[in-house]
Amino acid sequence: MEMGEGPVRTGKPRGNLPPLELYVPEPRYRPGDTVDYSHLDIPEAGRQPRPDEACEARETWPLTTDLIRVLDDEGSAVGPWNPNLDPETLRRMLRTMALTRAFDDRMYRGQRQGKTSFYMKSTGEEAISVACAHALADDDMVFPSYRQQGILIARGYPLVDMINQIYSNRADRLKGRQLPIMYSARDYGFFTISGNLATQFPQAVGWSMASAIKGDTRIATSFIGEGSSAEGDFHAAMTFAAVYNAPVVLNIVNNQWAISSFSGFAGGERTTFAARAVGYGIAGLRVDGNDTLAVYAAMEWAANRARANLGPTLIEHFTYRAEGHSTSDDPAAYRSAQEREEWPLGDPISRLKAHLIALGEWSDDRHAEMDRELAEEVRAATKEAEKNGILGHGFHHPFHTMFEDVFEELPWHLQEQAEQAIRERQTKWPEWKE
Amino acid sequence: MRELNMVKAINDALDVMLARDPDVLVFGEDVGYFGGVFRATEGLQAKHGIRRCFDTPIAEGGIIATAIGMGAQGLRPVPEIQFADYILPAFDQLVSEAARLRYRSGGEFWAPITVRSPYGGGIFGGQTHSQSPEAIFAHITGLKTVIPSTPYDAKGLLIAAIECDDPVIYLEPKRLYNGPFDGHHDREIGTWAGHPAAQVPEGHYTVPLGKAAVVRPGDAVTVLAYGTMVHVALAAVDETGIDAEVIDLRSIVPLDIETIVASANKTGRCVIVHEASRFGGFGGELSSLIQERCFYGLETAIERVAGWDTPYPHAFEWDYFPGPARIAAALRRVMENT
Repeated sequence: MEMGEGPVRTGKPRGNLPPLELYVPEPRYRPGDTVDYSHLDIPEAGRQPRPDEACEARETWPLTTDLIRVLDDEGSAVGPWNPNLDPETLRRMLRTMALTRAFDDRMYRGQRQGKTSFYMKSTGEEAISVACAHALADDDMVFPSYRQQGILIARGYPLVDMINQIYSNRADRLKGRQLPIMYSARDYGFFTISGNLATQFPQAVGWSMASAIKGDTRIATSFIGEGSSAEGDFHAAMTFAAVYNAPVVLNIVNNQWAISSFSGFAGGERTTFAARAVGYGIAGLRVDGNDTLAVYAAMEWAANRARANLGPTLIEHFTYRAEGHSTSDDPAAYRSAQEREEWPLGDPISRLKAHLIALGEWSDDRHAEMDRELAEEVRAATKEAEKNGILGHGFHHPFHTMFEDVFEELPWHLQEQAEQAIRERQTKWPEWKE
Repeated sequence: MRELNMVKAINDALDVMLARDPDVLVFGEDVGYFGGVFRATEGLQAKHGIRRCFDTPIAEGGIIATAIGMGAQGLRPVPEIQFADYILPAFDQLVSEAARLRYRSGGEFWAPITVRSPYGGGIFGGQTHSQSPEAIFAHITGLKTVIPSTPYDAKGLLIAAIECDDPVIYLEPKRLYNGPFDGHHDREIGTWAGHPAAQVPEGHYTVPLGKAAVVRPGDAVTVLAYGTMVHVALAAVDETGIDAEVIDLRSIVPLDIETIVASANKTGRCVIVHEASRFGGFGGELSSLIQERCFYGLETAIERVAGWDTPYPHAFEWDYFPGPARIAAALRRVMENT
């Protein structure tokens, strides 16, 4: 082409390849499918090396694609990650996990009975929250997602207060403002839960930066699901944590499912979630999330590292969401019921129980007795909470509290609206008084 | 008392608060060593240390999220967003988190953060260096929004915002950083030198949040404005010779409703002025409030003078910017209607 005849471009040809095709991930199994997990690479327990807590982030690379495991198939604790906990601590963790499950079961039924609008269980994931809570100091700050109720229970938060929140009753510490399970417990180092996913991840980094700025000794930790790790806030958290060497432990609970979408939609088909850590210059660990001892050891390693000013860690907890996403979800509509039964990492409570029995520190009878006690404990707490009302037809906080805490003080427009709302209520229910 | 321009008054407020409260800290893109792209944080890192005033990654969501986490730990962060046009990546953190912490936690947690951000047009900033997003924040329950128009107010309002335990969006009219601007772009643009409100006291003082200022008393018409438009409105009033009462709102939320209502009832006529686009702008809320409260006192319909409902253009800066001529025309219209 001569100059002046038309636009001059590079002349690079496109080639003769076939048309492009979009790849859309699909899970291996849908409802009714026979499940076969033989493709999952589950390494033998005890074989994963335990690097020094002061190692360079990049030295953790092999561990980000491995799976840290302590409990073997015989219920023995093996290898360098064995935290060597005393039987008393093991029994306490077992009890807390079983209590969390009993609590979930009861609250799920409570929702089905119409005592509240909504609930989310953590069945199958109890080891992650309970073991992490035990590996942390009680005043380390947790920025949880909505599936870490085990942390609150491990830290001794009263079950009655949890149920009061779930029922939005007159004793609800959050005054009926929040959806059930969106707890907040400042005195227990448990940050207010938000419905907006992953927002807490960079907030935890900021909290830990503040600890470092003030010369405090407390660290922060946060939990998100693998689905939420696709949010931009994940990237912000990792970047800020790396840049400022923040004393924070960032956890991804990879339970394979984000409501109906499998982990492939969060990028899980091409790499592990832990493998992202090293790209940010952050230490990464990938851990068997149904192995209470492995979870404890990983969190302890990361917490020690953070506490010694050695920087942040990302932990991927590899587990399985055994139940529906929430009381509003039916997993039978998108996944095979066999997945739960076939899950190769088993059940966290059964595995810790087998370990304690193998140690001669527990028995089936003691376990059955404990389960009866826990069911009674939850039942009693439920009855106690119901005295304060259930959602919709019980007691609740004084009506005007709806307008409080938007700001520290009520501005004029909220004052006016509160008065109007009370007038409306009096018109609707003339007998009503507060 | 010193004469300071608005940038130096803001710098002075930050300096005073960093010295006064060990929990205050300042961070954002380029705010540390370099002192900020507008020099608002100049010298603060050298004086107060690298852990009190530092640079951040270019990630607005991360800046606000970490500020919220720091606030929960007990600090009093003053993050900067380089231009208000770039605050949107942090919108989720501001709306879903900072604004809601106190409410959703039953008062257990709150976000004592002050988000500083330069805003507004009149500088050939084009689409992404000129916007006025105050109406977006005004709609968010739990956020306070503050806009100064003079060096004196800039310092006093910023100190009040930092000391406030609610999250405050502090918008700085960048057109006013170096001098008051009356909208006459074709004339020489002056500096703050000699302006009475450029006399800025040393040390600590506050201008309370939620209090408007009557900057020109008058009886004929009420003009409501904030930021750059206060100066433009004053020029327009002078040029028409109409005895207008010009009110600088200073706080969008909380709003000084008493001052507004008293003035509107006195004059019976209102012109509301802002740079932000008109539809859904804060002027709509002001107009509605006045209509509800002063209906029997009004002599004529309330006028709004605002930016057009287009993205902020580059070449057509002075056709977009609501200059003195557009405001003067509105003033004459409301005076003609009886």
